[in-house]
Amino acid sequence: MPDAPGAAAAEGRDTVMQVKGLARYFDVSPPLLNRLIEGQPRQILKAVDGIYFEIAKGETFSLVGESGCGKSTVARLIVGLYRPSAGSIEFEGRDIAGLSRAEMAPLRRRLQMIFQDPYASLNPRWRVRDIIAEPLRAFGLETSAAGIERRVGELLSFVKLAPADGAKYPHEFSGGQRQRISIARALASQPDFLVCDEPTSALDVSVQAQILNLMKDLQREFGLTYLFISHNLAVVSHVSDRVGVMYLGRLVEVAPAKTLFSAPRHPYTRMLLDTIPDLSMSGRDRTPVAGEVPNPITPPPGCTFHPRCPFATERCRTEIPLPITTPGGSIVTCHGVEEGRVTEGPVVPGAEATEGIQT
Amino acid sequence: MAGKPLLEVRNLRVEFPTRRGVLTAVDDISLHIDPGEVLGVVGESGAGKSMTGAAIIGLLEPPGRIAGGEILLEGRRIDNLPYEQMRRIRGREIGAIFQDPLTSLNPLYSVGEQLIETIQTHTDMSHAQALNRAVELLGEVGIPAPERRVEHYPHQFSGGMRQRVVIALALCVNPKLIIADEPTTALDVSIQAQIIALLKRLCREHGTAVMLVTHDMGVIAETADRVAVMYAGRIAEVGPVRQVIQNPKHPYTVGLMGSIPSIGQGDGRLTQIEGAMPRLTAIPRGCAFNPRCTMTLEHCFTDRPELVSVEQTKVACWHHEKELADA
Repeated sequence: MPDAPGAAAAEGRDTVMQVKGLARYFDVSPPLLNRLIEGQPRQILKAVDGIYFEIAKGETFSLVGESGCGKSTVARLIVGLYRPSAGSIEFEGRDIAGLSRAEMAPLRRRLQMIFQDPYASLNPRWRVRDIIAEPLRAFGLETSAAGIERRVGELLSFVKLAPADGAKYPHEFSGGQRQRISIARALASQPDFLVCDEPTSALDVSVQAQILNLMKDLQREFGLTYLFISHNLAVVSHVSDRVGVMYLGRLVEVAPAKTLFSAPRHPYTRMLLDTIPDLSMSGRDRTPVAGEVPNPITPPPGCTFHPRCPFATERCRTEIPLPITTPGGSIVTCHGVEEGRVTEGPVVPGAEATEGIQT
Repeated sequence: MAGKPLLEVRNLRVEFPTRRGVLTAVDDISLHIDPGEVLGVVGESGAGKSMTGAAIIGLLEPPGRIAGGEILLEGRRIDNLPYEQMRRIRGREIGAIFQDPLTSLNPLYSVGEQLIETIQTHTDMSHAQALNRAVELLGEVGIPAPERRVEHYPHQFSGGMRQRVVIALALCVNPKLIIADEPTTALDVSIQAQIIALLKRLCREHGTAVMLVTHDMGVIAETADRVAVMYAGRIAEVGPVRQVIQNPKHPYTVGLMGSIPSIGQGDGRLTQIEGAMPRLTAIPRGCAFNPRCTMTLEHCFTDRPELVSVEQTKVACWHHEKELADA
């Protein structure tokens, strides 16, 4: 499979993260006894099935897709919470996929993660200052009590909280404030790379705007690189430099955000964009994606999107497509785009809005 | 507007007595829904939008209670009906769709049994007739092979399909009004679009009015005729959906619209409303939005603004009242 050429090379920026053929399978088989007695087969869930992408220093790369497409699994693979089943993750040219705990430890300081649920990711029995000081202690960045206190105060002010808030417990804060605490904790070890897994999906829109603005400011101030995971296309379009669209464990399209949202090529991307509710109220026809995401344990053969794709042919049903680079600079995994069958413009010209049922 | 409204809510107050005093979740709100109309009720968590819906169908969880005001369905008061009478109205005249389709369905009964039970509770159809109707309904909400699926249990359906079953349950005796509380929030975007399109088509075909409660302005823009924006238990602004979205009047609505990221908007910063919605224990005096508002007047801190008409919308904001007085 060819290496996906990224925008980083074109823009002359350094690549910090390069993912090649990354895969993670989960064994979801019934217990051994059931398999023996009832003759049930082993079942393997291919959560991430061979993906390629790279992230340049200082950029925001987003992964977007519906539930079960494997985007959160990628996040966890990159920070080392899961071990990959295959493929490599190169951080600054060094493969971190197979590292032992001890070898990974110095890298942990530089790779931090912000989780989705600010209610579950903070220890309710710890004061905020202890939560934020933990990385400082763990990595030995500050040793004196005075040094820790000064640094915690500084971190709290980075995320627009008062240094005095450090004495409180997480339950005294609202969802948005808790997410600020999570961000302060992630920043404590002075990381270069932040993995943000749905950081705003649990928040109200007005609070979401505060957090997205804050993340943008911090990125500029500290030169952070973000891997941003979200199901919300509007948020992704707002924060990203480049975007990868995932479907059933595979990347179907990778493109600069502007290109992806103005000239999407893969039929799935285009249908996904069509589903976004229209706030400008232009009265355009919507074409909801037909059908539903199939069960990832038994994905369709060939291109996994073919049962929902209006352009599917015999080749799509049998042969797995490989990524190709389009003249527009997008990387698309689609036989139809490769053969020039899939035209630009609306997916189904003049189609009435349907409820998308395929029998 | 011609004709009588289908539903009228007058000065509704919903309270929760607690050990630390009485909390007012819905504070003196009035609204109406015309036959066949889709009224969107939008707001952030804690705005009181779901409480309003629950009060209308008489499903407030104790100790929550209606502490004032009245609710009229076709001119008849329904907020003070005994339990049994209200139960008959629920389902027959007012249907309900909730956020999580799995908790709205009984996992121990097949989808068909649940539909048949609901149909037979409200009509005098025989079992065979009710079964026919159930299959017909499942087909109508777009479930493939309904005659086979009617025997399946909720866990055998996907999330989107379950929500279709819940819609079928709500529609089974042709209610005049459906209260839909975050019907698409638990679903993926592509499924969300399918469910919205389905809800819109069915309500148009059956002439059903809908009160659509959601936090998602996009869903409102796609679906509603009018929208009421709620903040801290009160209505901040209510009017035709196009007016409210494209030309919001209340400073809160202005901020809310600006804080929604949109595609192709580029790298600009989002409009930010500082702070968060006040807790029910600490709603400020005067206008509840005053701590977060950038254009406060003296009045805003002392007196609560009433809804006043500005163009086609109604706004509860001293700023607009002053402009009206100045003009």
